[in-house]
Amino acid sequence: MYPGRFEYQAPTTLEEALATLDRYGDEGKVLAGGQSLLPLMKLRFASPRALVDINRVAGLDRLAEEDGELRIGALVRHRDCERSELLGGRWGVLADAAPQISDPIVRNLGTVAGSLAHADPQGDWGSALLAADARVVAASAGGRREIPLDELLLGPFTTALEPNEIITEVRVPDPGARAAGTYLKLERRVGDFATVAVAVHVSFADGTVSRAGIALTAVGPRNLRATDAEAALAGAPLDDEAIREAARLAAGAAEPRDDVRGSADYKRNVVRVFVERGLRMAARPEERGDVPRAAAAPPGRPEPSEEFAGEETAEDVMKEIREKEDQ
Amino acid sequence: MSATVSGETAETTHAITVTLNRQERSAEVEPRLLLVHFLRGTLGLTGTHVGCDTTSCGACTVLLDGKPIKSCTFLAVQADGREVTTVEGLVRDGGLHPIQEGFKEEHGLQCGFCTPGMMLTATALLAENPNPSEEEIRWALSGNVCRCTGYQNIVKAVQWAAAKMAEEGR
Repeated sequence: MYPGRFEYQAPTTLEEALATLDRYGDEGKVLAGGQSLLPLMKLRFASPRALVDINRVAGLDRLAEEDGELRIGALVRHRDCERSELLGGRWGVLADAAPQISDPIVRNLGTVAGSLAHADPQGDWGSALLAADARVVAASAGGRREIPLDELLLGPFTTALEPNEIITEVRVPDPGARAAGTYLKLERRVGDFATVAVAVHVSFADGTVSRAGIALTAVGPRNLRATDAEAALAGAPLDDEAIREAARLAAGAAEPRDDVRGSADYKRNVVRVFVERGLRMAARPEERGDVPRAAAAPPGRPEPSEEFAGEETAEDVMKEIREKEDQ
Repeated sequence: MSATVSGETAETTHAITVTLNRQERSAEVEPRLLLVHFLRGTLGLTGTHVGCDTTSCGACTVLLDGKPIKSCTFLAVQADGREVTTVEGLVRDGGLHPIQEGFKEEHGLQCGFCTPGMMLTATALLAENPNPSEEEIRWALSGNVCRCTGYQNIVKAVQWAAAKMAEEGR
C-alpha cells in the first residue's frame, strides 16, 4: 500500500510552515510524527493535496516546566514523555499514559500534539490531558489562540482547529503542591487501541480534593470528561464512599457501544472499576506499583472488594477468583 | 527538483541523500514513496520486510538516527539528511554482529520473517541499555510481532548478545 499523490513541503521555520499551510487551505495537512496520518493516507481514507512536514522546524521539540506549567511542544514524541523526569509525581496521569500508547517503535515518532489534532476517540492523550485540564496553543498565519482541550475535541477525528492552524504547544496547568493521578488502560495486546481507558488526576488541599479530573477513552464519540464525578469529588475528602460514588457517576457518563472489543455493559463496568482503582491510587500514591508494566488487570469477575488492600495485581485477582471457586 | 504532471496534483520529485548503513546514497524520489519501498525497490536491499503494512507488526523496522522506526510508516523524503540502518548494515568487517550471532546461537528464529526487525530493535536497546533485564527486553520488543511464537528464544538471543558485547567491550 502507498498513499495517493501529494505535494511535499518541508519548511524550516514556523512562519514559513504557517504561510505554506495557509496557502493550501483545507487541502493541506500537517505531518508531524505521521503515525496516524500516513496509515490513513495509505488506506486512502485521507488524500490531502499537500503535506507540510514540520519536522525540520526548530524549537518545536521542547518539553519543559515553566511557571509551574508543563509545556509540550509540537514535536515532542511519546517516547520523550515516557522518559522525562518532569512527568512523574504530580503529573502521574501523563507519565502513566505515555508508555501505554501504541508500541515502543511507534512512540519513537508519534507526537502528543499530533495525537490531539488527530482526535481519535480511542486516543490516549486526549483523556490524560483532559483530566489534567490542558489547553493547546494554535498558531496560524493570522495569529495565535489558546483552546481548552474540552473545546478542541468536537467528535470522532474532528477538532475546532482551522485548516490553517498548527498546534504549536500543549500547556498543562500547575496542579498544585499535592497532586496525583494515573492512566489505566485495558487493551487486548500491546499496540492495540484501548478497549476502555480511564484518566484520573486529583489535586489536594487541606486534606480534601481541590480539583478532580476524570476522563474516559474509547467509550464515546470523543474523549469524555466525567463532569458529574469530578464535581462530586471536589471539596470533599477522598474516602472510600466518595470514590465509590464517583466511580458510579463516571460509569453513567460513559457512552460505550458493543463492538469486537466488548459489550457496552462490559465497558461501562470497566470504567467503574478503573475509576475506583485510579482514585484509590491517587489517594495513596505511596502504595501504587508500576502501572503500565504490570498492565491494568482486567476487572475480575467477582465484585471488587469493599476494602482497598494496596496495589491489586493480576495475581491477586486470580487468587481471589480461585478462592471463590473453592468455596 | 523536476516537475511532473500527474493527475490533478502537480507533483515534484525531491532529491534526497541518506546515510544508509554508513554510506551516502542519493536518489530522486516521489514524496509518496515510503521508506521501506525506497530500501527494497529503489536500492534493492530486501532485508527489510513488509509485514502487515499497517504499522502494527514491526517487520519493517529500521533505525533512524539510531532509533527504531517502522519504515512502512515513514516517507523516504523524510529521511533526507538522516542516518538509516537496515539489517544489511549490522554486519561489521564482514562478520556477523553479536545480535546476529545471538539469534543463531539461541535459535531465535524459525521462519525468520520478523528477525531483521527484532534484531534492529534489540540493537537499539543494547546501545542504550547494555545489560537489560528480561522484562526490559520483552518491553522493548513489544512492538515487534513473531508469529512462530518464538519469543522465548528471541529474549535469550538478546541476552546472549548482551553478554557477548560486554565481553568484547563494545
